Amino acid sequence: MTEVRDTAPETVDARQSFSTAPVETDPAAPVGIGVSGWLRWVWRTLTSMRTALILLFLLALASVPGSLLPQRGTNPIRVNDYLANDPVKGRILDRLGFFDVFSAPWFAAIYLLLFVSLAGCVLPRSLQHWRILRSRPPAAPRNLGRLPEHRRVEPAPGTSPQQSLDAAAAWLRKARWRVDTTSYDGSTGTVAAEKGYARETGNLVFHLALLGLLVAIAYGSLFGFKGTVIVREGSSFADTRGQFDSFTPGKAYDDATLPPFAFTLTKFTADYQRGGQQNGAAREFSADVRVVSEPGAAPTTQNIQVNDPLVVGGVKVFLVGHGYAPTITVRDAKGEVVFRDSVVFLPQDGNFTSTGVVKAPDTVPQLGLQGFFLPTAAVDSTLGPHSTFPAADDPAVFLSAWTGDLGLDSGRPQSVYKLDTTRMTRLGIDALRPGESWTLPGGHGTVTLDGYIQWASFTVASDPGKELALLAAVAAITGLALSLLVRRRRVWVRVSAEPGGVTVVDVAGLTRSEHASVAEDVDALAAAIGTTTSTRTTAPEGAEENR
Amino acid sequence: MTVNETLATYSNYLVYGAMAAYTIAMIAFAVGFAALRGRDLVPVAAAPAEQGVGGVAVATKVEIAVGGPDDGALPPGRRAGNIGMSLTWLGTLLLGVGVLLRGLSVQRAPWGNMCEFSTASAFAVAATFLVISLRRDVRWLGVFVVTPVLLTLGAAMTFLYTDAEQLVPALKSYWLVIHVSAAMICGGAFAVGAAVTLLFLVADAGERRARLGRPYRLDWLARRLPESPRLDAMAYRIHAFMFPLWTFAIVAGAIWAENAWGRYWGWDPKETWAFITWVAYAAYLHARATVGWKGRKAAIIALVAFGCFLFNYFGVNILITGLHSYAGV
Ligand code: HEM
Repeated sequence: MTEVRDTAPETVDARQSFSTAPVETDPAAPVGIGVSGWLRWVWRTLTSMRTALILLFLLALASVPGSLLPQRGTNPIRVNDYLANDPVKGRILDRLGFFDVFSAPWFAAIYLLLFVSLAGCVLPRSLQHWRILRSRPPAAPRNLGRLPEHRRVEPAPGTSPQQSLDAAAAWLRKARWRVDTTSYDGSTGTVAAEKGYARETGNLVFHLALLGLLVAIAYGSLFGFKGTVIVREGSSFADTRGQFDSFTPGKAYDDATLPPFAFTLTKFTADYQRGGQQNGAAREFSADVRVVSEPGAAPTTQNIQVNDPLVVGGVKVFLVGHGYAPTITVRDAKGEVVFRDSVVFLPQDGNFTSTGVVKAPDTVPQLGLQGFFLPTAAVDSTLGPHSTFPAADDPAVFLSAWTGDLGLDSGRPQSVYKLDTTRMTRLGIDALRPGESWTLPGGHGTVTLDGYIQWASFTVASDPGKELALLAAVAAITGLALSLLVRRRRVWVRVSAEPGGVTVVDVAGLTRSEHASVAEDVDALAAAIGTTTSTRTTAPEGAEENR
Repeated sequence: MTVNETLATYSNYLVYGAMAAYTIAMIAFAVGFAALRGRDLVPVAAAPAEQGVGGVAVATKVEIAVGGPDDGALPPGRRAGNIGMSLTWLGTLLLGVGVLLRGLSVQRAPWGNMCEFSTASAFAVAATFLVISLRRDVRWLGVFVVTPVLLTLGAAMTFLYTDAEQLVPALKSYWLVIHVSAAMICGGAFAVGAAVTLLFLVADAGERRARLGRPYRLDWLARRLPESPRLDAMAYRIHAFMFPLWTFAIVAGAIWAENAWGRYWGWDPKETWAFITWVAYAAYLHARATVGWKGRKAAIIALVAFGCFLFNYFGVNILITGLHSYAGV
């Protein structure tokens, strides 16, 4: 490639205006003292493309710790582990927001600045491009012979200069160039044409689409919400804030927009691979639900699977997890039932070794159970009680029983998955298979494992910005493809009288796109006017490597 | 749905067959490359192109000094290069059928774990190379493409190897076909782009030192490569062509995430690194288009970007746990 860099001054203009890209110069340092001069400098620096690129780089860099360190939003347990294992470093990282990178103020600062920078850069450029789109192609440089692509053409004998110009204009119009013509005035006449405006249009569409995307993300996170809930087989969920196990509303979210649907989980099915290298890998999850779309509506039977959410009332319900809930009955010494329920146990590993607790506050003294549910039970000396397969092939619970004060009246909120044993004493430990009972030592009653059911966890999510985000993404891809694949190029034809009464026709072209030359266009145009008598061409990048 | 073991076994045989073909292709390409005459690293044509301006016909088109016509006889290394090309076609055909049979054996898209991704990506790399070879002579590039293809296949069939099985529920979606195939095609092309970029750096360093009259350790390599501007332009074209597709792959992933997890973007490690990779390639394009950094600096950004792509594939799949934990290793 031999690019002509230092062309004659008259071509420089035709070259630069190929794009509305601002000329990158260091914005002059603030001149004078005035606040307004200073502000203008800040604004110009902020909206320069260099700043935007630095901000973009910073955004990428800032997201790295978010992918390497555990994040509170997605993995609070591992954050706590980190803090426990390395309290000093952990505390510093926590202070700096490294466990909440994507909602940290410094992260927000970067993308807000980028937003401002992008807007300040792209909006004026769009206006400028709009004006260019409605103006004429740039006039021909004075000396066409200096352009990287140049042909001198001899028209067929008897062709008038005006006819040559008309032939050129006709060819260009047919090939859908934007054409500007002047008539021959006895000494000179020119045709100027340009093609490939879609390159700059696409470029601007892409950058505007990025702005649109940021708006969509902000809108969605302000007005959307996300909630998760665990539902046991046979139980129901009504879509009100209080029924969620966790609920994250956007800042501008309004409870009144929560659609009033309800559903019952009638059956959950899980299927696993048996045997082979991937023994135990999940193959199918399916939740059968009966949905009441609004109060008073007739219930419908539906099915929710991973990748196939339930759509109801403008929100979506996703199946995100599942587990087991052993059904446990506790009787006091007199044989009265003091507790009977299917208790949600949380899975701890891929084979669904699950942990959970039972609290029976109505006996005196109070009774608590904690332990494991194992769908396929096994015990060994290193792992202790654990499950060897995720399906309930041979279920059992391992429970330890505690008596004393559950601490429920202390006023402090307590997790339903944890037993506070500080004021309790342990009675003993036992393993139960379905149907078996355990008589607690010391006349504290009995514990029975009646069986088990399954539970499924659901995410209910609404993001009112997602349609806009999709639109912006499609616009971005389209704009990007145009801006990278369309070639923008210019050609000029000049007919001029040389001393001695000869008319000469010059055809020349210019392009700045990297992946093509304008040579073919210039050749074809020259052929439409006459016979090429001399050629000046720079090595095209495209036609190469014939070795 | 059961697994058709016969088809799965044939699929493996075909992949081994492809590896055999690629091995010989690699040797042939290497022999052909070594036999190239090599060019003078300070080209005569480096003189300014403006000479002779003024209406006189000046063809400044640069003739490549290597492997020109040689009195009817094949230029040195050409025959070996031809063998390499034919065997690469053969290997890629076998590999393509192998991937297809793997898919048929389990009745799904054949990219559900790292073994399958790697095999299909190796196919994408080889296919990109062959597509480019339809339009220009890239025998000199052969050894630098076939070697990584072979290494990837080796990894897929050994420590990444997994038997053909059904998918985990999270992957059962037609978006697996759209999103993952787009990402793999990009990966294949980015790999070729990175190879060309790396060779550009070698050629560029060789030329610069030759101009200064300094010795260069990789001189033997640089002399057999096309001129650095050509390599630079070729690498740019590959990246510019693929960047919109990479953007599409990310957007398709976001649509899938919305449909599976209820949010289209959640800064999961895989998503984060896809974004980082995207920013890095965007920085490369910007560096060239607007800052005017042709050459070395831009090339280094392109290599960093490919590094991010690789980290997203190997690093995130193996080292980091996230929602995308289906590597199957
Ligand atoms: C999210 C961040 C951005 C991305 C991914 C991005 C991407 C792109 C791409 C792919 C191009 C086309 C390059 C080519 O023609 O080869 C481009 C061009 C351009 N970008 Fe950006 N851009 C970003 C941010 C910005 C910002 C913030 C600005 C301005 C402040 C900006 C200004 C420009 C300009 C002026 C061009 C035109 C180059 C030309 O026409 O030669 N970009 N951008």
